[in-house]
Formats: sequence, C-alpha cells, structure tokens
Amino acid sequence: MAKIIKADGMNKCIGCYSCMLSCSCINYKHHSLEKSAIKIKTSGGLSGKFTSTVCVACKDERACLESCPSKALEKRSGGGVILNEEVCIGCKKCVSACIVGAISFDEESKKPIICKHCGICTKFCPHACLRMEEVDDDL
Amino acid sequence: MMIYKNYISVLYIDLSSKKISVKHRQDLCEYLGGVGVASKLLEENIKPQLHPLDENQPIIFAIGAASSIFPVITKTVAMFYSPLTMELGESYAGGRMAMTLLFAGYDAVVITGKSKKPTYLTIKSNNIAFKDARALWGLCTDETGRIIRERESGEGKRSILRIGPAGENLSSFANVCVDTYRHFGRLGLGALFGSKNLKAIVTIGDQSIQIENFKEYFKVYKEIYKKVTETKLMKKYHDLGTSVNVLPMNKIGSFPTRNLTENHFEYAENISGEKFAQKNLIRKMACTSCPVGCIHIGQFRREFDEGYEFESVNVAYDYELIFALGSYLGINTTDAILELIEKVEQMGFDAISTGVVLGWATESYKKGLITNDHTIIPLKYGHVKNYIKAVEYMAANTNEFYKILSKGSYKASQKYGGMDFAVQFAGNETPGYHTGYGSIVGHTVGARHSHLCNAGYSIDQSMEEFDKEKLIEMIFYEERERCILNSLIICLFARKVYDKNTILLALNTIGYNLTENDLTTIADKIYKTKLKIKKMLKFDLKNIKLPKRIFQTPSANGKIDENLAYELINLYNKKLEAYLNTDL
Ligand code: SF4
Ligand code: SF4
Ligand code: SF4
Repeated sequence: MAKIIKADGMNKCIGCYSCMLSCSCINYKHHSLEKSAIKIKTSGGLSGKFTSTVCVACKDERACLESCPSKALEKRSGGGVILNEEVCIGCKKCVSACIVGAISFDEESKKPIICKHCGICTKFCPHACLRMEEVDDDL
Repeated sequence: MMIYKNYISVLYIDLSSKKISVKHRQDLCEYLGGVGVASKLLEENIKPQLHPLDENQPIIFAIGAASSIFPVITKTVAMFYSPLTMELGESYAGGRMAMTLLFAGYDAVVITGKSKKPTYLTIKSNNIAFKDARALWGLCTDETGRIIRERESGEGKRSILRIGPAGENLSSFANVCVDTYRHFGRLGLGALFGSKNLKAIVTIGDQSIQIENFKEYFKVYKEIYKKVTETKLMKKYHDLGTSVNVLPMNKIGSFPTRNLTENHFEYAENISGEKFAQKNLIRKMACTSCPVGCIHIGQFRREFDEGYEFESVNVAYDYELIFALGSYLGINTTDAILELIEKVEQMGFDAISTGVVLGWATESYKKGLITNDHTIIPLKYGHVKNYIKAVEYMAANTNEFYKILSKGSYKASQKYGGMDFAVQFAGNETPGYHTGYGSIVGHTVGARHSHLCNAGYSIDQSMEEFDKEKLIEMIFYEERERCILNSLIICLFARKVYDKNTILLALNTIGYNLTENDLTTIADKIYKTKLKIKKMLKFDLKNIKLPKRIFQTPSANGKIDENLAYELINLYNKKLEAYLNTDL
C-alpha cells in the first residue's frame, strides 16, 4: 500500500515549524524554511489560525505533471508526483499549474520543491497535525 | 565562531545617517554567541557618560551559537543601557526573531543614532531599508503589527518587532512586542526604540544554510527532540503552562498580593492556571523550532456597546502576568486579568513593572500620599476598569503624575514618598516570587535584577537547610551557568534538557570544537564582561537600598531579616570583587 501525507489536524498546530525544518533537513540537507515542501503560515497574523500548504496527492490527473514540458514529473503511486531533477529545466510551469500552491521554487538550485510523501515531517510534528494515510496503489 | 562559519556577522545600522555596514568579526568568536557577543558589542558601543536615552546609545541584538537549529533554542537577546535601572539592560524574546535573523544571515545587529522622523526598518539578507512610519506613530502594538504585516513580504518567515505609545513616550518600562505574543519585556528597551524614533523592525529570513555534517547533526537533533517531546522534562510548560505555579506559590506563601502586603491571595483558586484553562484557554502556540508550545492564549468577551454588542479578545497569559496584573492588584477573576493584560499589551508596557508600579500607586493613594488630583480616577485594589484607565494615562503621559509613574516605582516614590513599599530591586520591579533570601539576594545581585538571572527563588524551594555560604555559591554558580545557556540562546524552560553534555554534543555537530573547560572559560568571560559594564555604569551593590516591605511581609521561608539580607548581598559582592580580580 502506498502512503500519502494528510495535514488534516491543523486546528491543533502550535506553529513550531518542526515539520518544515525536518523536511528541508532530511530531503535537502539544509537548515531552511525555503526548502521545505510543506509550508506553515498564519491566516491573519499570529492571532489567526495556522494553515499548511502541502501537496494533496492528486490521483488520475495531476496538473503539475501535465504542465511539465520536459517530462520531469512522474506519477507517484498513491497520488502526487516524483520529480526527476536531472531532467527538470527549472521553467516553473508546475509551480503555477498546481492550484493548491503546493509547489515552491528554490531559487538557489533552480528546481521546484515538491512533496514526495516521505512522511518525515509527520514524525516531527509534536501535536499530531500531520499524519500518513494508507491509500491504494493506483499505478 | 557561528554555525559553520569562523566569524560573527554583525550588522551596523545608523539611524541618523541611514548608513549600514556589515562586519565579519572573527575576534568575537571567543564570546560564543548570544549574550556573550551582545555584551561585548554593548561594551564597545555604550556611552556611559550620556543618558540611556541619548541618541548615541546603542541597541544590540544577538542570536545564539545554535539558534533555531536544535529544539527550543529560540531566543534573541537585546542589550542596552536601561533607563529603568540606569545600568545594564539585558532582555530576551522568543517568537520568530532568532530564526529570521539566522536565515537573513546576521548574528548580531547594532543600532545607533536617531531617525529625524518616525521610521521602521526591514532587515533581509543583503537588503536593509528605512521606511516611513509617521502614520504608525501613536498606534497601539496590534494595529502597528497589522499594517506592517499587510505592507511587507515574507509571510511565515518574518518577525515583526514594534513598540506602542508607552515606548514612544519614553516610559522607562516600555517593552518591545515581538510577533504579537512575545516581548523584550523588562528594563525598558521600548523607550530606546522611542528615543530613536524607531517604531518597528521587520526581519525576514529568506536564505538557507547548508548542513555540513548531516548524519551526526540529525542524530543529535533527534535525540534532543525526543528528550523534549517524550520525557516529562518540559511537559508542564505545555499543559497548563507556567500558570500551573499559581496555586503552589500561593500555598507556600510566596504569591505577592496587594502590593506585597500579603504573601497569598484568598482568591487564588479563581485565577489559577487550572481556572484559566477551564474558562479562557483557546489555543497554545510555540516559538519557531520549539515543539513544546508554552504560549497560552486566553479569550475573554468584551461588551463594547449596549444592546448585547460583544467582541472576543485573545491575549497570552502566564504566571508572571497573573501575579502582576492579578493578585498584586487584588484582581480576582480571569476575565478581568485578561482585560488588563490586553491594555498593557496594546500600550506596550512591561507587564510585571506595570502591575508593581500600580500596586505602589494604589497603596500611596490609600495612604494619602497622592490624591485624585494626581490619579484623576481613584485607584483601588480590584477595580480593574480604573486600572485600565491608569495604564492609558501612563502611556499617554496624561499629567505630571502619570508621566513620573511611567518612569518606574523607584522614581515615583522618590518624588511622592512611599519608598518603603515600592517593591523594586535596584530599580527593577519585583517578579512574583517572595520565597526567601534566595529570591531577594538573587534579584539584587542578578546582573539584570530579574528572577531569571540565577533563579534564587528556586534555590529557596530546594535548599533543605539554610546555609549562607551555600546560598551565595549556588546563586553565583547559576548566574554563571546561564551565561552559557544564554549564548546559544536556549529558552530557560529547557535548561534541564540542555545539560553541559548535550550542549557540547549539539555544538560539536555544527562545526564547533569545544570542551567542558572551554565552556567554563567562555562563561567567565561573559559574566566578567557584564560585570565590567555594570561597573562602568557606576553600579555598586554597596549602594543598594531594599524596600522595607519585603522584610515586613513574611516569605515562604518566614520573615526575612533585613540585616542578614544585607550581609548576604555583601558576601556576594566580596565574592564578585575577588572573581573580577582573577585572570581570565
Ligand atoms: S503538486 Fe499540486 S498538482 Fe501536483 S499532485 Fe501535488 S497537489 Fe496535485
Ligand atoms: S511528506 Fe516528506 S517531502 Fe512531503 S512535506 Fe513532509 S517531509 Fe517534506
Ligand atoms: S510540526 Fe506540526 S505543530 Fe509544528 S508547525 Fe508543523 S504542523 Fe504545526
């Protein structure tokens, strides 16, 4: 069975950013907020709620993949995509294609930052806002 | 050295000439970071002969040697010449500031000069901008934050510091609000902002730092993360928060009440951490990179008009606020305390000093030292509406009395009398722990006269048999140890997580190469630098006069003997003199 990340406990979020720091640390070997595939923000200043933006693991049709001119994105079993960095030309088409806003662009490496549903961030969320869900393999 | 670099990157900003420069200072590495670097920079830039609010005085900020990249290493230090105590000013704030400065690439910031017109600063990597803040002058902290938030970029990775009217009008205990719920609270940094026409600072962290030793680093990160989240070490800070202390402090008779005429509050049950949690708690929050989340937000309902017109208001509360704006003023409901906290926040005052200053004013009013001619409205314990007005009058300097009151209880009692019951230590208003000799000596000798300098109050609670020498040793030990914690800069709530070994483990995976001996040497260097600055500012423990009230109202450990208290301070002073004469 494949797994995907679900950020459906955000009402519990304390805004610690542990998820972002662990994602960029493990996946990109950087201390960074920029290089995290999940982004925590507040809605309306700190007195508002915390929200997260991360890939929702589209199935069947993936807008990001469709937009990619160089075939750098490949369907990921269970939902979402896998980025092949070697092939990616850094055109940013996927960034605007994803209407969730889940893809950011790393100006340093000139590549998009896309969640690969590895689950690291869920392990470092102290408040169970994030979890992994088992889904059918669809490929 | 700082994280993977062999220099400290210092950003110098001069508000008068609008000039900026960045220096890479290798020489500062021996001070590690945080309070060490900030002390050294303060020593270099302070002007002892000028008033603390002279435009030439510096404001120093520094992040620490491991800021934000390990759990609960969340603080930024500010150092300055305090207008409240007229000596060393040192204050810490959490929130997002440390992380944003780290990712903006600055380890320390030195701000001098004075802008001609109200200004706010934006600090990014490679881009510092001076912006028009004329329209913001006079606005409360909340509105200021909102407007800047909407104007500036960097959502989610920025920190917004700002002052309220109290800072603009140079109150000696004006604070600087950081990200709505955190503060550089004590000793009047807000007044320095005001004196420089500096309304706010936005720091934006838009860079990344490559990890050099990924495997080792992540291993240690995980270990510390586990210790923080899976052991009991920090649980209480998340559960009820520090307000869990209300009932125990009250029970042992350490809970300053009605200007410390009493050591416990008959309504403590009504304003306990448990009560706040039941009635008002709506969420908890964290500083960035802290998985604990100790910030407790309480909500109250305010009727703003007749005809059932209500709004809901959210404010952060904790133990110190409940004592200062609760028991100390005889206020006995959670809603009333939250309402007063909100006003204090909006005006931009330090909450502890505000409560204690108003406590002094209330007693002075009762005793007839001041009258309605001064206070405009009667000040009485428990009358929260009038206290709210008094806070506004203080912030606006509505009359001569409120102007002087906004300079602190020491200055106010110099003018109006009542020095015996102005409960301050070297000019800084008392925190909420009347525990015994440890707290009194601790506050007095502590470099910044705060309960956080050396935790004398906790020594009072743990020491089984009173022993003069031991007490002095323990205070000294703690004061020096905390120089290390404060150079990383670890939140003091995590002091049990970060023992020396853990500190070394963490530092040595991010490029440092230190031993336990090195840490001791660094601690000495930092403590001595702070003591030198105090000396330079003519601070002398021999001149301290303690308010009689602390000897009249019994502490948790019984009545405190005045002579013995002075003897202990004297002992500590002797120890310091000998310490300063030893070589580095
Ligand atoms: S990146 Fe966006 S478009 Fe692509 S799979 Fe994820 S949510 Fe869907
Ligand atoms: S699941 Fe993995 S890639 Fe996606 S946000 Fe979490 S840590 Fe990053
Ligand atoms: S780790 Fe969890 S609590 Fe912390 S910011 Fe991320 S989602 Fe929120």
